Amino acid sequence: MDLSFSKEELAFRDEVRAFFKEAVPAAMRQKMIEGRHPTKDEMVEWYRILNKKGWGVPHWPVQYGGTGWTSVQDYIFNEELQLAPAPQPLAFGVSMVGPVIYTFGNEAQKQRFLPRIANVDDWWCQGFSEPGAGSDLASLKTKAERRGDKYIVNGQKTWTTLAQYADWIFCLVRTDPTAKKQSGISFLLIDMKSKGISVRPIITIEGGHEVNEVFFDDVEVPVENLVGEENKGWDYAKFLLGNERTGIARVGMSKERIKRIKQMAGQVQADGRPVLDNPRFRDKLTAVEIELKALEMTQLRVVADEGKHGKGKPNPASSVLKIKGSEIQQATTELLMDVIGPYAAPYDIHGEDGSNEAMDWTAQVAPSYFNNRKVSIYGGSNEIQRNIICKAVLGL
Amino acid sequence: MDFDLSEEQRLLKDSVEGLLKSAYDFESRKKYGAEPDGFSRAIWGKFAEQGLLGLPFSEADGGFGAGSVETMIVMEALGRALVLEPYLPTVILAGGFLRRAGSAEQKAAYLPGLIDGSKLFAFAQLEKSSRYDLGDVTTTAKPQGDGWVIDGDKTVVLNGDSADVLIVTARTKGGQRDRDGIGVFLVPADANGVSRKAYPTQDGLRAADISFNGVVVAADAAIGDPAQGLPLIERVVDEARAALCAEAVGAMEESLKTTVEYLKTRTQFGVPIASFQVLQHRAADMFVALEQARSMAMFAIMASDFEDAKERANAIAAAKVQVGRSLKFIGEQSIQLHGGIGVTMEAKIGHYFKRLTMIDRTFGDADYHLARVGEAGGVI
Ligand SMILES: Cc1cc2nc3c(=O)[nH]c(=O)nc-3n(C[C@H](O)[C@H](O)[C@H](O)COP(=O)(O)OP(=O)(O)OC[C@H]3O[C@@H](n4cnc5c(N)ncnc54)[C@H](O)[C@@H]3O)c2cc1C
Ligand SMILES: Cc1cc2nc3c(=O)[nH]c(=O)nc-3n(C[C@H](O)[C@H](O)[C@H](O)COP(=O)(O)OP(=O)(O)OC[C@H]3O[C@@H](n4cnc5c(N)ncnc54)[C@H](O)[C@@H]3O)c2cc1C
Repeated sequence: MDLSFSKEELAFRDEVRAFFKEAVPAAMRQKMIEGRHPTKDEMVEWYRILNKKGWGVPHWPVQYGGTGWTSVQDYIFNEELQLAPAPQPLAFGVSMVGPVIYTFGNEAQKQRFLPRIANVDDWWCQGFSEPGAGSDLASLKTKAERRGDKYIVNGQKTWTTLAQYADWIFCLVRTDPTAKKQSGISFLLIDMKSKGISVRPIITIEGGHEVNEVFFDDVEVPVENLVGEENKGWDYAKFLLGNERTGIARVGMSKERIKRIKQMAGQVQADGRPVLDNPRFRDKLTAVEIELKALEMTQLRVVADEGKHGKGKPNPASSVLKIKGSEIQQATTELLMDVIGPYAAPYDIHGEDGSNEAMDWTAQVAPSYFNNRKVSIYGGSNEIQRNIICKAVLGL
Repeated sequence: MDFDLSEEQRLLKDSVEGLLKSAYDFESRKKYGAEPDGFSRAIWGKFAEQGLLGLPFSEADGGFGAGSVETMIVMEALGRALVLEPYLPTVILAGGFLRRAGSAEQKAAYLPGLIDGSKLFAFAQLEKSSRYDLGDVTTTAKPQGDGWVIDGDKTVVLNGDSADVLIVTARTKGGQRDRDGIGVFLVPADANGVSRKAYPTQDGLRAADISFNGVVVAADAAIGDPAQGLPLIERVVDEARAALCAEAVGAMEESLKTTVEYLKTRTQFGVPIASFQVLQHRAADMFVALEQARSMAMFAIMASDFEDAKERANAIAAAKVQVGRSLKFIGEQSIQLHGGIGVTMEAKIGHYFKRLTMIDRTFGDADYHLARVGEAGGVI
């Protein structure tokens, strides 16, 4: 048992850290620190900086532009990115549809889509959830009927994150209405510019626009955009969701937030002393820090296990990462609320992402707190994660 | 980075677990607890035979030169089987003092008996007013001739009743809570002026209140510098805290396992109660709490080798917080999920709960360590 990084790993960390220090655009970094959303252009610019460095799709196989890093290196990269802080590679392309395409797609699809994902020439979004299909995803109803060399798609997706920016959407659609739930589903790649697609914003609780409804009205999709085999989409979705869960602990992000909380709590005064010196606040903060330290160790255990037994194998401990990681993220936003107390109240009515740059940092504190309720709901809700632990670990 | 055990460590784990599996089921434990010392001398002899008592000592001192990971393996196994034998006071605490600061003569005089199982030890540290503060010491050691005279009262000395040798903290100068002026002394339990009042503890172990009345010991009774013993005490106690975290992980793991098995076998409303999702999710939360505690116990074990005293203390304190919180949740919910049977002496689960509860209170509970970590500026 050796819980420290090797010399090579430490050198790698320094290299990554040094690069981020110099390469992350300052304005975007500041937005990230304050919990505001970078614009699409800022994000694309950043992704292209990463891609130019060869780190656009770090955990992909080398033949598709990946780095060949070990699990530990992947981990260090993600950590440093979150600590920087800077946006992580756009999950929908890089962690979701990309791996599905290089694992199950055909040669033409690989050549057509993968390089454009790496450079974010295409912005992808995820069309899985529907009004009637949330946790019970397999009950989805959006249907695709084969007509000649086209599918005709009708139905509705919802909660589609950043669909307003998207060039492409990957969808689970029902291709065999007679088959049992999971068996009649296919995985389709759909151009967002297709005729018959309309996108309607959903404004989230804090006033931001990050999710949407996407409607499909007789949308024509060429059959060459089917990934893998027809009616095998559920297998690909399971593979994709497995990848989604492992990155979800967000240890680096929470560490960065803790640093910020300490900094702010050192400045904001309550009862004639910094909030940081209030024992009740201090105890709450320390408790979260300790949970986070524990989560970091748990995450490292999962990473080390991946290193030994291969990256692909889903580890039921990743449900622990999701549950604790989301709870801690939520707790950090709550602590910042505690820091500013009554000054959390002013609501920023300007700016479509709820961030008026004329207002000071406190304007973003309550929105982050409200918005972060989402992290225990998406990516497999925390209740679903408990179901997974019961089945996969406890045999209940 | 590597969390796996080495081949040798795996063998150690198999052999401890093998021994406990064959000799330490819940019924046997009851028998051992009823023996005169409150534990089994025969089992203690087996520990000696298997080399467990000599594990952390250097080969030159007659031990095996094992490290903190080996201690973790043993403590976890002891926790899983809810072992009564005084491994913590003898091997971890007394052994820790001798190993880290004992003179060649002290090691030669005491270690062979410790390692072969013939001599038992206890750490006489806690006082009525000291609570969790290791630097709060009223027992005095005054120079006399070229030796010392010890006076004072110690309480809840684990294994204090059957120990042959006591390791006593005593003030050689300064006020009650001064960091300076604390010494660590080896005192034979049968020395003149030592009196012991023994009792069982809530978790089925044994302890004693021990009074020292003009107890005369020689100069060579002092371990290390008699005026500057606190850093040594802190170091050894930190190791004991890390060991307790590992013991707690073993006990929590067994509690969860036992509870999950119970859920599958207990039928109410015509179905196994395991079919109720509210109980399933409680068990899942217990699993999360266990894994978080396990992670921090590993962190503590690693930290017990840190040379930087502040870093070490802070890391181990953080672990004690996590373990303290996890054990409370797992302990209490294990009982809850057992229903009425959980609150009986007859059921094994309650004994785990009681041991876990007392582990939290040994060398600082979760709240105590939470404040320490906070004062140190956190762990992130
Ligand atoms: C901000 C945000 C962004 C999102 N982005 C996307 C996206 O880009 N693409 C996409 O496809 N989807 C996205 N989603 C959808 C997300 O995956 C779903 O919200 C999630 O699957 C939960 O579904 P639901 O909201 O319908 O809740 P429901 O499934 O209706 O759940 C309601 C409550 O019941 C609980 N519950 C449900 N089933 C069980 C069960 N079996 N046992 C115990 N409890 C249960 C849930 O935990 C929850 O507490 C996003 C969601 C949010 C909030
Ligand atoms: C100290 C003590 C004194 C008592 N005194 C008396 C007395 O004087 N007279 C008398 O008649 N009885 C008495 N009882 C019995 C008491 O009423 C039962 O213990 C109680 O009804 C629970 O039943 P059980 O212990 O069999 O647990 P179980 O019913 O087996 O429950 C085990 C666990 O499963 C949970 N559970 C059970 N069913 C469900 C469900 N449908 N959904 C979700 N969770 C479920 C329970 O909450 C519990 O956590 C006493 C019990 C105790 C502990």
